[in-house]
Amino acid sequence: MLQLIKLEIFKLYSKGRSWIALSALLFIIVVVLIAMYSEGEELMAMGTQSLQDSFMLEGNVINGYLITYLIQNAMLVHVPLLLALVCGDLISGEASTGTIRFLLTRKVSRNQIIISKFITALFYSTVMVTLMMVLSLGLGVLIFGKGDMIILKDVVYIIDENTVPMRMFYAYLFSILGMATVASLAFMFSAFTQSNVTPIVMTMVVIVAFTILSALNIEFFNLIKKFFFTNYMNNWKLFFEDPFNKEKIIRSVVILLSHIVIFFSITLYYFNKKDIQS
Amino acid sequence: MQRTYYLLSTIIMAEPILKVSNLSKHFGSFQAVNGLSLQVNDGDVYGFLGPNGAGKSTTIRMLLSLIYPDAGEIELFGKSIPKHRNEVMQHVGAIVEKPDFYGYLSAYKNLEIFGKMQGADVSKQNINKTLNWVGLESRSLSKVKTFSQGMKQRLGIAQALLHNPKLIILDEPTNGLDPQGMFEIREMIQRLNKIEKKTIIISSHILNEVELIANRMVIINKGKAIVEGNVIDLLNSELMQVIFEITDPQKGLQVIHNSPFATKVKFTESQFITLEMTKNEVPILNRLFIENNIDVLSISPVRSLEHYFLSLT
Repeated sequence: MLQLIKLEIFKLYSKGRSWIALSALLFIIVVVLIAMYSEGEELMAMGTQSLQDSFMLEGNVINGYLITYLIQNAMLVHVPLLLALVCGDLISGEASTGTIRFLLTRKVSRNQIIISKFITALFYSTVMVTLMMVLSLGLGVLIFGKGDMIILKDVVYIIDENTVPMRMFYAYLFSILGMATVASLAFMFSAFTQSNVTPIVMTMVVIVAFTILSALNIEFFNLIKKFFFTNYMNNWKLFFEDPFNKEKIIRSVVILLSHIVIFFSITLYYFNKKDIQS
Repeated sequence: MQRTYYLLSTIIMAEPILKVSNLSKHFGSFQAVNGLSLQVNDGDVYGFLGPNGAGKSTTIRMLLSLIYPDAGEIELFGKSIPKHRNEVMQHVGAIVEKPDFYGYLSAYKNLEIFGKMQGADVSKQNINKTLNWVGLESRSLSKVKTFSQGMKQRLGIAQALLHNPKLIILDEPTNGLDPQGMFEIREMIQRLNKIEKKTIIISSHILNEVELIANRMVIINKGKAIVEGNVIDLLNSELMQVIFEITDPQKGLQVIHNSPFATKVKFTESQFITLEMTKNEVPILNRLFIENNIDVLSISPVRSLEHYFLSLT
């Protein structure tokens, strides 16, 4: 199995699209950093306008930690697209090029092939989130320095800079889980089709549709929308509240993990039953 | 006498490598394979012949567990498929339809990947030896996307060979190749069988190709086996049209009328007499002409092999 996983990872990183996704991520982070460097203070002043009437803000408000938070907030909308681009191609790509016939005439089982590919998808999600976190945090701290974080939500959280690295680490782990859910969804669609584009489109359609349905206040959807994974993907932000809402965090983790298990099980079941006609 | 006995015993002792019984598969309302049974013995080059859409590829995919049958049994090396699939597949090399590789990787890397998955010896020496065998050693580091169809076909054979399987299944291996490419693949298949002692199943829709390579064959149409057996026997037993060019056609016709061939004359034109007969009957009539002092200038079979194939399908 380890051999299969190694081979899958090797193939993944030999493909141009894997590097395109990572390059796009790097590009967006750098652009955000430049934008924050040139106009960050004005943006922050606008954001904290109401606060400044009552409070006096001192110290390094625009710091690397806040920049990382903002980048992560923005990127977790775009990363699913980049993930779908790569993970949605893991099975369908083999079907569309015909290499699936060689793969499935080896002495390894379909289960082994799907498991190794799925682990590769999870690995790529982890690499994506890690890269995002390392780059934004590394470059952010390097350019903007450290400091307490001001998070504006329903209430204003002022996070002590000493607790930020720990919160960032938890948020990072949670983000991996969120992105792994998206990767699992794209991977599942990848098993259903021979087209390289369909899994990407379908994944984005589901994310957009769930997001829209969650925003609608319709009785029927209110019943089911609490199970939409899209409502929990961005709950890494819960780690920037004081104190942590443990119950909400645990529920989010359970729901995201359940989605991963469901998506993977469907993929495994379907692929094992599938006649390879491509 | 001893030699004859030895040959017979070899034929009788030939072990079946593949046994297919009552295999069926449908896609929606289309019955792709319908109660197909066949047997491939150790050492065979087994031709799997049929027109396009006859069910050849579906059958081959079922043998390799790419497609699951609706009914029937498949036994490879005495073990049932799909129950013992993984165990059995290490002795099988295959190309299904056209060989497709990772175009962004080199021929060498492709072989290494597929070889590792099959538990093959993926040492540099073995991969290069296999590439050399199919004549691609000089292109081992070229990306496969730069390869011609013929080169991909040869690389396909290399990947099927790398783990030294006992059985090689080739689905229409000469499809899309030019005459030179077809010749090279045929020559390669013959070497595999005669020198490397591999059992080979080759599907094709071209009878001539099967005749050139295979010792046994089955012809299928609409998912059913129409005829199965020894290629030479099947071809020899079939009637064909033969044109005899002789010096004295009047006398020749007289000889024919007084022989068992009287009813077999189709038409005559100047020195040419056309008869419908089996291959085995040709030398008998030839001898008859010579015994009656009629010189035979030429003997030409006019029935194409495709005619035989079409007459069956």
